[in-house]
Amino acid sequence: MDLRYTEAEEAFRAELVAWLDDVLPHVPPEPRRDDWAGRRAWDTAWQRMLYDAGYAGINWPREYGGRGATPTEHLIFLEETERRHAPYVGHNFVGLLHAGPTLIAEATEEQKAFHLPAILRGEHVWCQGFSEPGAGSDLASLRTRAVRDGDEYVINGSKIWTSFGHNADYCEMLVRTDPDAPKHKGISWLILPMDLPGIDPRPLPTMENSTEFCEVYFDDVRVPVANRVGAENDGWRVTMVTLSFERGTAFVSEMLIAMELTRELAGLAKRITSHGATRWDDAGLRRDIGRLSGELDALWALTKRNVSQAQRSGLVGTGGNVFKLAYTDLLHRLGDLAMHTINRASLSMDDLGELGTGKFVLHRIHGLSLSIAAGTTQINKNIVAERILGLPKDR
Amino acid sequence: MDFDLDDDDLAIQAGIRSFCAGRFPIEVVRRGELTDSVVDTDRWREIAEMGVFAIGGDGLTRRQAALAFEELGRALVPGPLVDTALAAQVSAAAAAGDLIAVLLHEPDPVAVVEFPAQARAVLRLADDGVHLAEGVTLDATSVERPLDALTPVGLLRTPPPAGDLVGGADVAARMTVDALVLTAAQQVGLAAGATELATAYAKERQQFGRVIGAFQAVKHLLADMLVKAEVARVAVHAAACAADGAGDGDPLHLARVAKMLAGDAALFCGKTGIQVHGGMGFTWEVDAQRYWKRACVLDTHLANGDRLAELVAAAG
Ligand SMILES: Cc1cc2nc3c(=O)[nH]c(=O)nc-3n(C[C@H](O)[C@H](O)[C@H](O)COP(=O)(O)OP(=O)(O)OC[C@H]3O[C@@H](n4cnc5c(N)ncnc54)[C@H](O)[C@@H]3O)c2cc1C
Repeated sequence: MDLRYTEAEEAFRAELVAWLDDVLPHVPPEPRRDDWAGRRAWDTAWQRMLYDAGYAGINWPREYGGRGATPTEHLIFLEETERRHAPYVGHNFVGLLHAGPTLIAEATEEQKAFHLPAILRGEHVWCQGFSEPGAGSDLASLRTRAVRDGDEYVINGSKIWTSFGHNADYCEMLVRTDPDAPKHKGISWLILPMDLPGIDPRPLPTMENSTEFCEVYFDDVRVPVANRVGAENDGWRVTMVTLSFERGTAFVSEMLIAMELTRELAGLAKRITSHGATRWDDAGLRRDIGRLSGELDALWALTKRNVSQAQRSGLVGTGGNVFKLAYTDLLHRLGDLAMHTINRASLSMDDLGELGTGKFVLHRIHGLSLSIAAGTTQINKNIVAERILGLPKDR
Repeated sequence: MDFDLDDDDLAIQAGIRSFCAGRFPIEVVRRGELTDSVVDTDRWREIAEMGVFAIGGDGLTRRQAALAFEELGRALVPGPLVDTALAAQVSAAAAAGDLIAVLLHEPDPVAVVEFPAQARAVLRLADDGVHLAEGVTLDATSVERPLDALTPVGLLRTPPPAGDLVGGADVAARMTVDALVLTAAQQVGLAAGATELATAYAKERQQFGRVIGAFQAVKHLLADMLVKAEVARVAVHAAACAADGAGDGDPLHLARVAKMLAGDAALFCGKTGIQVHGGMGFTWEVDAQRYWKRACVLDTHLANGDRLAELVAAAG
């Protein structure tokens, strides 16, 4: 056990930092939150810069155009880019972290040759069409139908919570191809071009009143059978293969933001006065900040442990569930503490005056989504209880 | 960067675990509750022979010591283990297991000492350095009903002798880090032990025709316990690594974080473990209460969770 970075890891960091210092001054300012076309262009332009510098698909194998970096190098990459406020993965999220790795593991050479370079260069934006109105936590109960008609599937049904659904070129799509089989056995995984006739993405405003995700309706959408990845009715396994690509780095950028916010909150508390004292004079607040920042240090260590385990064995295992439970709980408490600290300034998502409070309000709202998306807190607790502690399975 | 335990680490962990299972099974530990001398001096020497008090130099690394102390915590081994391990760095008798040493805590709000009848050395970590008084008998009024029946306490009548200055400020600073890390390791052991005990009970106790561990309300309590214990454990390992000079961050800061989180985890798991046991959890017979009580004792050591939180916040 040695938590210091090796010489090779530090060399990787130095080269990366030199490049970032070189290019970041030339990155244009981030577009407004609701300027979706602008944000897509901004995210994909950054992806192209990464590609040209050899950092695209940092964790992808070299034979598919990635950098083949180790999980630790990936951690360093996320750490340094976030510290310097480089653009985040944004619109490239599903392509780089989800659909791409699935294609690498399961697609035909032809499918790979067409899609992988386009993802790496930021040319194709992907979305994920998994959840449905009737299938959330119980994803395998999904009902969107794909019926075979010659060389094509005809798709009918709807998806929901599809992030970037109105801005994407392709969708990694789960459909029911055998309604009579047990629920996990009748699902197929399709590459769906989003410009096919019959696809209707309708933005669904989030509680921030932003249009980050969509409901997507499918009305007799015809897609070639050749767009299937993996065997027919084997889509559930294909999906699970993707999940096993996680290397413990999923929330690194996130967490660095929370660390920065916690430090900023302490600074803010020292500047806000009421009733003749600063917020920082309140021992209760100081203790809350102390606990949050200590927990963040511990979660940084847990991230390192998960990454280290992934580097050794290729799998994070249940360490990822433990991390997400602890982290989302922390985010909720950080959000609440920030609100108590900025009090009336918490009534606006935009900055009021000079204090820069808007981001705390937005981040608090973001925290509410994180305990739901990608496996709710309750589902995660079931997993920890069943897979780690060996308690009886639900149902 | 690697967070993996090596073969030596795993061997030490397994060695102490089987030592505890063999020499400190829970029936033996509980027996101390009925005697004047909670610490069995023969077994105390055996602990020393296992190398647990030999930390640094040719002995255990801090990381290995943390693994060992987690096992001692899990097994509820009684005695001033951390205090004696600190004293062992400056006293041959303590290192050999011939001397039971206690660390003097600030009177807050009263001057309480632990193991007053059996302690024969007093250690003090002060600004100017480490003070050790060997071969002393404490002048304290023993308490009839200590909170933890395995941690007898007394109220000091007169301050113990100041003793000799056996190490400078740097040694005191290093020992403070060691004390925080090793206590935190013991607290992680308590949190894990309480979680394991409650999980086992949840798999066997039946109500409404099923084991209680099948109810989500119970499952989620146990999952909460595991998450708290696990996060605290990585904090302890990160702090121990920093104390070994192989870490990422300031050793004192990480040690404080470790004890804060491990203390909170031990208290939470101790209390929740009692809840999972229902009425049985409130009995003397079931060990759930023993984990919680020891957690309460260790939380007061050096600085409690709230005080540590303030120190961590002040460090920015
Ligand atoms: C911001 C955001 C972005 C998202 N992006 C995408 C995307 O791009 N593509 C996509 O496919 N999906 C996406 N999702 C969907 C997400 O995966 C689902 O919301 C999630 O899986 C939960 O499903 P649900 O919303 O249907 O809630 P439900 O499953 O209906 O859950 C409702 C409540 O019941 C609880 N519950 C359900 N089952 C159990 C159980 N067995 N035990 C205990 N409690 C239970 C849940 O914990 C929750 O509190 C996104 C979600 C959010 C919030």
